[in-house]
Amino acid sequence: MIIQPYTSAHQRKFSIANSLHIDTTLFIGLLLLASLGLMILFSASNQNPDIIIRQLTRLAVAFTVMIVVAQISPGQLRFWAPWLFAIGIALLVATLVFGEGKGADRWLNLGFVRFQPSELVKISLPMMLAWYLADRALPPKPSRVIVCGVLIVVPTLLIAKQPDLGTSLLIASSGIFVMLLSGIRWRFVFGAITVAVAAAPLLWINMHAYQQRRVLTFLNPETDKLGAGWHIVQSKIALGSGGTYGKGWLNGTQSHLEFLPERSTDFIFAVYGEEFGLMGILLLLSMYLFIIARGLYIASRAQDTFARLLGGSIAITFFFNVFVNVGMVTGLLPVVGLPLPIVSYGGTSMVTLMVAFGILMSIHTHRKLLSQ
Amino acid sequence: MARKLKIKDHAAETRLFANRAIVAMVLVIILMLVIVARLFYLQVVNHEHFSTASRNNRIKIVPVPPTRGLIYDRNGVLLAENIPSFSLELVAEQINDMDDTLNRLKSLISISESDLTIFKRLLKQKRTRRFESLPLRFRLSEEEVARFAVNRHLFPGVDIQARLIRSYPFGDLGVHVLGYVGRINIKELKRIDPANYSATTHIGKLGIERAYEELLHGEVGYRQEEVNVQGRTLRVLNKQPPVAGNNIFLNIDIKLQQVVTDALGEFRGSAVAIDPRNGEILAMVSKPGYDPNLFVTGIDSKSYAELRDSKDKPLFNRTLLGQYPPGSTVKPFMGLAGLEAGKITEDVFCPGWYTLKGDDHRYRDWKKVGHGVTDLDKAITESCDVYFYELAHRLRIDSIHDFMSKFGFGQRTGIDVIGELAGLMPSREWKRRERRLPWYPGETLITGIGQGFTLTTPIQLASATATLAMQGKRIKPSLLHATQSAGEQAMQYHQTELLEPIQLKHTRHWAEVTQAMRNVVHGSHGTARGSARGAKYKYAGKTGTAQVFGIAQDAEYEEDKVAAKLRDHSLFISFAPIDKPRIAVAVVAENAGSGSRYAAPIARKIMDAYLLKDKP
Repeated sequence: MIIQPYTSAHQRKFSIANSLHIDTTLFIGLLLLASLGLMILFSASNQNPDIIIRQLTRLAVAFTVMIVVAQISPGQLRFWAPWLFAIGIALLVATLVFGEGKGADRWLNLGFVRFQPSELVKISLPMMLAWYLADRALPPKPSRVIVCGVLIVVPTLLIAKQPDLGTSLLIASSGIFVMLLSGIRWRFVFGAITVAVAAAPLLWINMHAYQQRRVLTFLNPETDKLGAGWHIVQSKIALGSGGTYGKGWLNGTQSHLEFLPERSTDFIFAVYGEEFGLMGILLLLSMYLFIIARGLYIASRAQDTFARLLGGSIAITFFFNVFVNVGMVTGLLPVVGLPLPIVSYGGTSMVTLMVAFGILMSIHTHRKLLSQ
Repeated sequence: MARKLKIKDHAAETRLFANRAIVAMVLVIILMLVIVARLFYLQVVNHEHFSTASRNNRIKIVPVPPTRGLIYDRNGVLLAENIPSFSLELVAEQINDMDDTLNRLKSLISISESDLTIFKRLLKQKRTRRFESLPLRFRLSEEEVARFAVNRHLFPGVDIQARLIRSYPFGDLGVHVLGYVGRINIKELKRIDPANYSATTHIGKLGIERAYEELLHGEVGYRQEEVNVQGRTLRVLNKQPPVAGNNIFLNIDIKLQQVVTDALGEFRGSAVAIDPRNGEILAMVSKPGYDPNLFVTGIDSKSYAELRDSKDKPLFNRTLLGQYPPGSTVKPFMGLAGLEAGKITEDVFCPGWYTLKGDDHRYRDWKKVGHGVTDLDKAITESCDVYFYELAHRLRIDSIHDFMSKFGFGQRTGIDVIGELAGLMPSREWKRRERRLPWYPGETLITGIGQGFTLTTPIQLASATATLAMQGKRIKPSLLHATQSAGEQAMQYHQTELLEPIQLKHTRHWAEVTQAMRNVVHGSHGTARGSARGAKYKYAGKTGTAQVFGIAQDAEYEEDKVAAKLRDHSLFISFAPIDKPRIAVAVVAENAGSGSRYAAPIARKIMDAYLLKDKP
């Protein structure tokens, strides 16, 4: 099939957004979410201007990175996918060997910059899988499914070893989503779930003591009232006391009297829920839903399998991240160290997230209109 | 074929993906609804319950600091203890009008100007954590406690805390060994475990307190407390007690430490006594000292400036940081180097000066008329400079450097406190690297008598003397004797660490030098013969006089005419008893004058006190 690049692309309206490869809908959604996030952080940080300025800087950097990434065409991304993945795995191994970091060894010092290789893998694993699966007709044959399984398991285990349970979970799921979207048969899916349940005891043995404690605490928060259980008990009180309309911005007593731990980072959702109530939460969740829906829409409109699989995985992984964080704060899921995307205070993961959105924008804005 | 198949399936693939995307979206919505349902349950159905819980949520997890381990001397005399004391503390975040609160407090409890300045400085400093209570007054009297208790409701954010305050009963006597604790600062906060120090306000800043911080600190405990709206504790619900830090026993004998301090008298300087058999540091004094207790509760800037700017430099730990030219105390080591290199063959004639060929500069001997024909024994006993000029000239600088380095000159001894300096043992390579200059032959000569670039610390000198006493067996000097876990009797003894021993070609070389050092004090011509008068044991020693002040070629050094600050440092090294050494001593008395006259009697007093303590 021959595609003539300049025939129909010109039919699209010319605008600044188009020439910059920005998807306006997604951009506005992210901007609104980031603004609301800053407002929440202002309260959660006890109105600390330093923290707000730092977060603003990060947001500016992350948005810039997103726009830069959007300029790269999906074809180029596809070309680089296996290389990026290989580099990511090599760096993960290097981190295990020479890593440094507080408690968990996740950081790699490259001399000029400190860097978390797991962030690179977050993007490059779904790219790699999409690259691999796009090569042949879908749905993939069983032998190819097994190859994919290996590609997922290697980085997941390397990161779990660091130990960073939250990130390894996120990375594994991003790979699994690519496979689910590729049309893998449902009986494989159920088969895998059965295997996973059977393997759970094995996982348990290999978990770090603090990770085991967290799971036990989740199952019964009363066992560890002074430790990890404290987080859940306190965040439930914060959310519950917020009620339907909340206590008002900057008025959350739980968060400001310092009962709530980690309130600028992993538990920021509880601060929001206390101050803005269920109504506020509905607003926030709608914003997330809007961004996810737009992501899935972009993926389904993509023109080749690589872009479709990658775009779809990015959108669903984003949701998964939100769900795990909110599930943890509301006591539905065990405490896993994952921030609330775009809202939580923190740098590296925000940039990665925006790289992912940059890819979505690139997918959407580099389309060549084909005759339908 | 495969290619064609792919093209054919394109539409099917798009459809397949669209199906999966729809399934995904449906799942996303379902899970979002689960979250909303959960929040509805928490925020609407159970709102009353959590609202009450939040209003009553005055349950706080309060970290409880562990009790810091105690420090004892080798005989179990307490050197650092924790004294319970009431202090008046303020939580800045809970006080609206600080000036007003301070003014009203002043009318209730006596608060000095220096208390206020220290407190204001704490207030201005970047706080290590929020809601930290900052001390305003320490050691409140019972009456003051009662007076405040009655008026407490008038002072939100102010409270009386019962705390344990570190106290050093011997004051300045052990300060350069023990160091002290002080409030944790921002820099220190970065290197400690924030969880374990969550309740700790003080940390070891110097000396033993710093070096063994981890052992002394212990593990934090927790208390679950019910507090009222102002954050005051109503009752304790639950607790996990802290684990107190380890007690530490030092090798120091505080009585000997006192003797050493007294023996140094009015001199600035340092003296170290080591048990050469195991490297245990029996006494380690740097004079003058200062009172560490001032630093525990915070020193006001005026007193601190006084200490800092004092001409006597009390804050300066001379034992580990003071780098002095060793002067003639290097001669026994030089003698060994000569014997070992086979360069001691014939006697040297000393006319009172020495010249290098082709140079008319006269390197003078301390004895103007000269020592005449001199062998090694005489050269050490009478401290003949010319002999060692000649010996150094024969050995050359690099072999001097290599041999002296084996004794630890120019290197850190590895003593178990932080911040020791290495001194300097010069070499050709060192001068090229550091000064970018070639080595001159004249510099070799003065290195031979411990002048020139050579610098040693008192601890280094003592350690090298111990090695001499043990005929080459080298042990890392240490202050830690044993540790003891809180609440237990059993002691864990510190393992002495052996360093690479010095092996000579002939062991008789040790005896030869020791014999010469014996003659220094017991011989009829020895430079320190006066100091050994009436000694009940035999000892070996060597005097040293280190020039602070360069004398012009033909001028005469006259002690009385030189300003006190420029007078020579007086040094002495010794070990005793000669046959079975039990103590090695190094003394540096700054600007005292000649080694024989001042430092030698000090060393004698130290050895007497240690060796004769059990005898009447």
